[in-house]
Amino acid sequence: MNQKYLVPLAVVFLLFLVAYTGVEGAGLQGFFGIFVPYAAVVAFFGGFFYRVTKWARSAVPFRIPTTCGQQKSLPWIKQNCIDNPNTGTGVFLRMVLEIFLFRSLFRNTKAAFNRSEKNELTYSWEIFLWVGALAFHYAFLTVIIRHLRFFIEPVPGWIKFLEYLDGIAQVGLPGLFLSGVVLLAAVLFLLARRIYDNKVSHISLAADYFPLFLIIGITISGISMRYFTKVDIMGIKELTMGLVTFNPVIPEGISGLFYGHVFLVSILFAYFPMSKLMHMAGIFLSPTRNMANNNRAVRHINPWNYDVKVHTYEEYEDDFREKMIEAGLPVDKKE
Amino acid sequence: MSKSAIFTGLVIFIIIALFPFWINFGKTAPVPEPELVGKAKTAKKCVLDKMDMRANHMSLLDEWRDSVVRDANRIYTNTDGKEFAMSLSTGENSCLGCHEDKSKFCDKCHNYASVDPYCWECHTEPKEIK
Ligand code: HEC
Ligand code: HEC
Ligand code: HEC
Repeated sequence: MNQKYLVPLAVVFLLFLVAYTGVEGAGLQGFFGIFVPYAAVVAFFGGFFYRVTKWARSAVPFRIPTTCGQQKSLPWIKQNCIDNPNTGTGVFLRMVLEIFLFRSLFRNTKAAFNRSEKNELTYSWEIFLWVGALAFHYAFLTVIIRHLRFFIEPVPGWIKFLEYLDGIAQVGLPGLFLSGVVLLAAVLFLLARRIYDNKVSHISLAADYFPLFLIIGITISGISMRYFTKVDIMGIKELTMGLVTFNPVIPEGISGLFYGHVFLVSILFAYFPMSKLMHMAGIFLSPTRNMANNNRAVRHINPWNYDVKVHTYEEYEDDFREKMIEAGLPVDKKE
Repeated sequence: MSKSAIFTGLVIFIIIALFPFWINFGKTAPVPEPELVGKAKTAKKCVLDKMDMRANHMSLLDEWRDSVVRDANRIYTNTDGKEFAMSLSTGENSCLGCHEDKSKFCDKCHNYASVDPYCWECHTEPKEIK
């Protein structure tokens, strides 16, 4: 057993219990339903703004692209315009593919010793991280957008359309949303990978497990509310609409499970800016991806170069011309 | 990336992410009260307790549907021993037989919670037939 994942697991359990018992036992609905969500929103946006502006202030002296294709060269050598772009358009395409399709993960390879007698090192293509990551991120995005139905009144058509698509399987009542199932399956896969793949588990810290457990806790409590234990959705929308219209109310009779769910979500939001989850903003700033590889075509001047005081040969000659002529040394200008 | 580009992106993100706050600005969203009309007005009790119906009526309907369609069992006995002919919209004891006005009852909640049950693609509201 490994404390790197047992501690975060225990923490997530405890956080859930704090909110659940706080509401069911101590009646702290106002704290967990109003104060904590507002505080989390402030922490999220404040922290996000702080992190990104801090990154923006750091210098980018020159281009450090990592390239995966032929750079622009002689006219008869075919350039790989997206993987090694020398223009803004190429960079834009590379970024779009990276952000929406995670191309860097697609290239993931695995190094392992061959089982044959020669026992040589071989590299093989390892696609499951990419599949899992895509499934996870898109399912999570769908789930978040679907939740907007609790924060907007009247609910716009495009959210209803997304709900319709997500529930297209028409399994059971209330209708099964596919995104919830995919999200839980993908996040469990990403966790299993961290625990069972020795190489990954070796470099995983509590900070890697904590967000995973937090998201698993959020997913399980959400799925349980919708399909199993059931909660009063009307009351919950009254509460959430109260939050976004700045008229917070605590309706009667909402189960502690809901407050546990909201507490975990609030923790996720508040923790977001100080965690690895900031890769959401960071991916846009990846210096190896977001700059054209034109080091050989354009001169990039280091922005923190200061003016060096130089004493040129002309000035030197001006200072010593007479003495040089006297000593018979050659000079450029005779006068 | 240039600082101005980063800053523009950051501001756009923050504005979009705060969209639930500004789109509702200055509005209030009162919770709709489903009206009990028709027989439901005189009936004292729903199939189950009120809070249970509120959260669980979809599961009850699922149970009813499976029971009728798969087991050909049309009689449901609730906890008080009262019998219901299980049906969404046919007969006195069906949901819509008692809650006579769908638009003043079911739809009020469903519009607010953004659910659009697909049942009405096949089942009909008794009022519509008349
Ligand atoms: C008190 C408000 C309320 C009333 C009244 C109400 N519903 Fe609902 N109903 C809901 C909510 C909220 C949901 C969504 C649950 C969810 O999203 O998890 C729902 C979901 C459903 C679903 C499942 C839809 C799906 O696709 O998942 C069906 C079917 C349904 N209701 C039928 C009815 C019928 C029929 C009536 C009228 C006799 C009715 N409801 C009255 C609040 C209500
Ligand atoms: C015999 C008449 C009757 C039948 C049949 C009936 N109901 Fe009701 N229903 C009522 C009454 C009366 C209430 C109000 C109960 C109360 O206030 O305690 C009610 C309440 C409800 C509520 C809660 C409304 C609220 O304001 O929270 C829902 C949801 C509901 N019914 C849905 C259904 C569904 C779905 C069916 C079919 C499975 C159904 N009802 C069948 C009489 C009926
Ligand atoms: C594809 C068409 C179709 C759709 C969509 C549909 N049903 Fe039905 N349903 C039927 C048919 C056909 C029967 C059988 C009627 C009978 O034997 O009396 C039935 C029977 C039922 C019954 C029992 C009998 C009765 O009179 O109501 C219930 C309850 C029911 N459906 C609920 C639902 C609910 C709730 C939904 C929406 C979530 C739904 N159905 C969607 C076709 C459909």
